[in-house]
Amino acid sequence: MVEANLSSPRGKTGAPREADNPRESLVARFGADAPLALDAGVALSPFQIAYKTYGTLNAERSNAVLVCHALTGDQHVASVHPVTDKPGWWETMVGPGKPIDTERYFVICPNVVGACMGTTGPSSTSPKTGKPWGLEFPVITIRDIVRAQAMLLDHLGIESLFSVAGGSMGGMQVLQWAASYPHRVFSALPIACATRHSAQNIAFHEVGRQAIMADPDWRGGRYHLEGTNPHRGLAVARMGAHITYLSDAALHRKFGRKFQDRENPTFSFDADFEVESYLRHQGSSFVERFDANSYLYLTRAMDYFDLAADYDGLVANAFKGTPTRFCVISFTSDWLFPTAESRAIVHALNAGGARVSFAEIDTDKGHDAFLLEEPELFDIVRGFLDGAGKARGLMARAEAK
Amino acid sequence: MLKRAIPDLTVANIARTPSGTRVDLVLVADMVARGAKVLDVGCGDGELLQLLSESRGVDGRGIELSREGVNEGVAKGLAVIQGDADTDLADYPDDAFDYVILSQTLQATRHPRVVLEHMLRIGRHAIVSFPNFGHWRVRFQLLFEGHMPRTDILPHSWYDTPNIHHCTIKDFVQLCAEIGVKMEKAVALNAWGKPLRLNAPWWFWNLFGEQAVFLLSRKG
Repeated sequence: MVEANLSSPRGKTGAPREADNPRESLVARFGADAPLALDAGVALSPFQIAYKTYGTLNAERSNAVLVCHALTGDQHVASVHPVTDKPGWWETMVGPGKPIDTERYFVICPNVVGACMGTTGPSSTSPKTGKPWGLEFPVITIRDIVRAQAMLLDHLGIESLFSVAGGSMGGMQVLQWAASYPHRVFSALPIACATRHSAQNIAFHEVGRQAIMADPDWRGGRYHLEGTNPHRGLAVARMGAHITYLSDAALHRKFGRKFQDRENPTFSFDADFEVESYLRHQGSSFVERFDANSYLYLTRAMDYFDLAADYDGLVANAFKGTPTRFCVISFTSDWLFPTAESRAIVHALNAGGARVSFAEIDTDKGHDAFLLEEPELFDIVRGFLDGAGKARGLMARAEAK
Repeated sequence: MLKRAIPDLTVANIARTPSGTRVDLVLVADMVARGAKVLDVGCGDGELLQLLSESRGVDGRGIELSREGVNEGVAKGLAVIQGDADTDLADYPDDAFDYVILSQTLQATRHPRVVLEHMLRIGRHAIVSFPNFGHWRVRFQLLFEGHMPRTDILPHSWYDTPNIHHCTIKDFVQLCAEIGVKMEKAVALNAWGKPLRLNAPWWFWNLFGEQAVFLLSRKG
């Protein structure tokens, strides 16, 4: 059985504790005077945003880069994760001397609303009940996530961002930022994303959600209160989703049909194949750091994302006359957010008269390529930011030193 | 690092100035007003866009078919997108640019006339440069040697050339007349990259110009 091999999470209380009091993070608290108006028609108040910063804000406050994380990411973009002890999720891209260079830029990475690493979400303690929100938490959207981030920037006294960067769900936030606050975004790097979530992607998300809800330990979303954890359902959701982040070629290159620690098939439902064992590991390690209800809420937020719908059905309207410089990037083997989706972004930006670059990177690593070692990606991001930095009057790196 | 892209996929060995810049690009750049908004269609690795931004302070954008060219251009900080002149120009709104440039790319498009029409819809001006297939060396090779011409500027064999719609200066002038385009300026360069005499007749240009650069605008 699949369930038999999925270890239960280390500490069942780990998620809620991190949700209220995140370690290794800064926390901005917004009280009753600063509610977050949600698209669902309700206000979230009080709420908090956990975030990390790297580098130094310059005197002109003009070198801030907002990094937006993907579905299962968090604020720990370039430093050790307090729960898993693993390196930051984008250390290839963000850090001293990296393309998003923390010696030049002041990098801010907030945990999104609805997540579980310290920003208010379904596993946070509800002020009304003193217990975790669970499904009482309002459904949120990408717009809500971005609205909250804008409040964080106000709180930090940053009027204009040098750049907003992110991949996948992070890329959706980048597009939303450029659409909602064009004059606060000098440059934008939407990577491996789309202006709307496709039917196929909604379908994959629904499978993940159903896996969670089918776990008897989910308890209608009240597992925090009942002392259970739907880790099996969440692990299965992660396993399914993880396949969509890779590609046939990458899976074949990595695992082929190789057996796991054995010469012959066992004629059972053990993880005979390496790829099975790998997926089970992905599932079981994921549940140690992620909250099942957050997974439901954030996949929903992505499903609801449709930029054109807010602008009379035309994405171009969202970017008409935008002052923002864009660099859109896609990957050849990404079938979750295929190049055609990025091309649609580019067409809309062109129609809106935007200054846009677009590059497709040749790789077999699938959607996850944006998180991996891709030298061409790094060259492009570096070149784009250097060009934008020149236009913004930021000092070159040598001068900064 | 990126592997170096072929600077231009359609032509090669074009004469360069002492500072190493292609003479045809300098000519094109001279036709562009300072600070203009420019779209370079088939921009290769971005050599012209870089020249324009450095020497004329233009707001430049590029379209390039080859992935290597695009990625190298973007890595230089240029606004370049991957796209195809034959299909993607249709997506641009009217009057989006002051100049739309087609540098040494016309002969590689599937529908040169449609491309030219789009250029003058998107931009107030169009600048087109192309290798002249009426040059005496080309004629000589076909007439006396009996094979498809191969020159410094057109080095490909007939079976692997990306250039599918060669034209002569005369042909191009005729196309401009057909679609009602105003010719504002024309320059022909000889094999050494020197401009031919301005007052020379068209037949002279068509015979001795190895390449030509035209500045066009809409009539009326």
